[in-house]
Amino acid sequence: MTSICIYLQVHQPYRVKRYSLFDIGNDHAYFNESGGNDLNNRRILRKVDDKSYRPTAELLMRLLNRHPEFKVALSFSGIVLEQLERDAPETLALFQEMVRTGRVEILGETHYHSLAFFYSRPEFEKQVEKHRTFVSRLFGATPRIFRNTELSYRNDLGTWADEHGYAGIITEGWDRVLGWRSPNYIYRPRGASSTRLLLKNYRFSDDVAFRFSSRDWSEWPLTTEKFGQWVSATPGDTINLFMDYETFGEHQWESTGIFSFLEHLPAELLKNPDLDFKTPSEVVAAYEPKDEIDIPQVVTWADTDRDLTAWVGNDLQRSAISTVYGFEGRVLAARDTELLEDWRRLQTSDHFYYMCTKWFADGDVHAYFSPYASPYEAYTAYMNVLKDLELRVKALPSP
Amino acid sequence: MSVLFFIYIIALLFSFFVVGAVLGALFTRTPTGKTVLATVRKRLRVLMFGWEFPPFNSGGLGVACLGITKALSDKDVDVVFVMPKRLPDAVPFAKMISADIDNATVDMKRFDIKYAFNSPVLPYDSSKTFTRREDALLYEDGTPVYGSDIISEARRYARFGAAIAKKEPHDFVYAHDWLAFGAGAEAKQVSGKPFIAHIHSTEFDRTGDNPDPRIAQMEYDGLHRADRVVAVSERTKHAVTSRYAVPADKVHVVHNGIDETTAPAAGITTIRLSALKKAGYKLVLFLGRITIQKGPDYFIRAARRVIDHDPDVLFIMAGSGDMEHQMMHLAASMGIADKILFPGFLRGADQYEAYKLADLFVVPSVSEPFGLTVLESMYLGTPVIVSKQSGVAEAVEHALKVDFWDIEKMADLMLSVLESPEFRKELSKKSIAEAAVLTWNKTADGLRAVMDGFATT
Repeated sequence: MTSICIYLQVHQPYRVKRYSLFDIGNDHAYFNESGGNDLNNRRILRKVDDKSYRPTAELLMRLLNRHPEFKVALSFSGIVLEQLERDAPETLALFQEMVRTGRVEILGETHYHSLAFFYSRPEFEKQVEKHRTFVSRLFGATPRIFRNTELSYRNDLGTWADEHGYAGIITEGWDRVLGWRSPNYIYRPRGASSTRLLLKNYRFSDDVAFRFSSRDWSEWPLTTEKFGQWVSATPGDTINLFMDYETFGEHQWESTGIFSFLEHLPAELLKNPDLDFKTPSEVVAAYEPKDEIDIPQVVTWADTDRDLTAWVGNDLQRSAISTVYGFEGRVLAARDTELLEDWRRLQTSDHFYYMCTKWFADGDVHAYFSPYASPYEAYTAYMNVLKDLELRVKALPSP
Repeated sequence: MSVLFFIYIIALLFSFFVVGAVLGALFTRTPTGKTVLATVRKRLRVLMFGWEFPPFNSGGLGVACLGITKALSDKDVDVVFVMPKRLPDAVPFAKMISADIDNATVDMKRFDIKYAFNSPVLPYDSSKTFTRREDALLYEDGTPVYGSDIISEARRYARFGAAIAKKEPHDFVYAHDWLAFGAGAEAKQVSGKPFIAHIHSTEFDRTGDNPDPRIAQMEYDGLHRADRVVAVSERTKHAVTSRYAVPADKVHVVHNGIDETTAPAAGITTIRLSALKKAGYKLVLFLGRITIQKGPDYFIRAARRVIDHDPDVLFIMAGSGDMEHQMMHLAASMGIADKILFPGFLRGADQYEAYKLADLFVVPSVSEPFGLTVLESMYLGTPVIVSKQSGVAEAVEHALKVDFWDIEKMADLMLSVLESPEFRKELSKKSIAEAAVLTWNKTADGLRAVMDGFATT
């Protein structure tokens, strides 16, 4: 028996508006762009909701009703849940309905979709806790599987998850880490006793997430039959299809046939009696780890480098992120709810991603995902905002 | 005998009278020349070729053109100001016309033009590096005023110089910088009127001694085809005589000026930068194109030293240019990313505020023909540190001067101004007083003298 384990990531940042030098000290609303551009968070959320969140949720709900065997895992950043609650409550209700089937697992992550683990352990833990509380309130579920922002992972995250009782943790099944080993089994993180590592099968996942509509791809068009045959012919305990939820309808538009692909996928895979669907928790419970995996350096699911260079690869990004974490002590000491919230929203990894200057090959993807005209525009807006935040911190009476 | 004597006396008296009258005329003319000339001198018509004009300008050239045109109009000079592109603007003191090089089709026969274009023949490939170096001059809707290949644009502009010279009656042809030199030279060819080339910067200044040979050639041609050259500083005069072998007696130095026509003015908004000041920051301003000519890297290196001594100093690097991104990386790599802010190109009220709120303005130019921003800052009362490699340094006394490469000294000077409110106040007072007399009116006197010089030679 080989299991199909699908996990979809749902996330939207609070983008920083074009915040100028002259706004410093005068405007403390950083995320409230209201114009007809891609920095308008509400506008983006509604657009993505129309194109992807709602239609995909409706489709998944139909699939859950149609196939009692079908299962899926979702991971939401806390800040996308906040935005859904505010701007797309019907869609959030659909997600809640899905979870009530008992066949949709919700994963744990940082509320602010941050890289805090690598910069401040206490801050990281607070954000995970906030997310747990939030998810528990909305879905009545407690995450048992952890996924860190952008699937970033290192040995110490594995041991952290182990210490905090997570049954499993997710990362990229990157060849440099796996060597001769296959991503289609579960593993023990180095130094962990009971937590298991689930690895993304990036070939199959990217066939859907990135290559699906690419006419340059020799396998285009990708049909469910073809995909089903590939999966059936693949040995292993679990085939982990991990991708952005927005693959369906936003990265791959409806016109590419992506919804039809998803609609027919469960039936196609279930034709093979040796395949079933499992959630990450079920996979971890069902199979034995095959080996220990040692990941001393950070691995992520991004770009061809599979490291953090898309977020902190240049000195602008590193300056920005070290500046924001440099405020931790003062912001916490200030005990100002709004200040704390703004500071945390500024930790969202997307801000640093927009400052990426790796223009070649990967840069195409970055340009596609960035609402700013250039990484430098993203950088200056962000640094101006941090200066304003600094003035707010300074203005508060010291405790 | 007595009759002869009488005649002799008469003749003698008459000759005294004549000599006296002549001498008298000479003597009264010299000391009061200004007033006498003002009443008797002829109105001059000047056909002036420029490239940019506020509010559609990317730098000092446009500002200077505005100041000069306005002040000349008060000196009995009627200026017809020509620009290559039609810009939606009008000024009351000069006739603005556009060559409209995009749309106009010039009927060469109609204008009876019997000569070829300025050498060498079109077209040239576009120069990407050049385009990137120039600040984009934008219309209000954000579309660029000039195309990607500025050299071809300048050459196309030159073609229309002749056509316009046919239409517009004039006594002088006048052109600002290489972009307009071609048009000026062609106009002179048609009208035979004296051609004055006003040089605001040379290609050697702009490129850090790494000139585009095509532009240097156009500069050379323009300066040599001109009858007189006006240089914005002794420094620039030296540049054109040594680099381009222009005879020194043909080059007149006339400094730029400042007055309410060109000084940045307050907008309707309140002072917005004051929050930074209230938070205890002292502000140091750089304002100019972020290019090799302006020495932005020296500014950042000096900033690093200043911050080591005083972390409560913020540096604002205003402007755009091909080194802007590099400077962001430099600041980040030196660990002062949160101390240097990059607001981009500032205009109007934003510029006013930046000058006004700054405690110190620094011009670390590697090679600056003049440096109008220094006068702007002084006019608004903000103390200035200017590099000795800037032409304006020879024109002002109450600015602190330093070699652009002497980062240590530059940082010391910055700290001396920033750490002493008394010194700052004193410098501010003297700056305002000095800028008040360096007027465009004075500049226009110099230019009018150059024009009047043709009558006596």
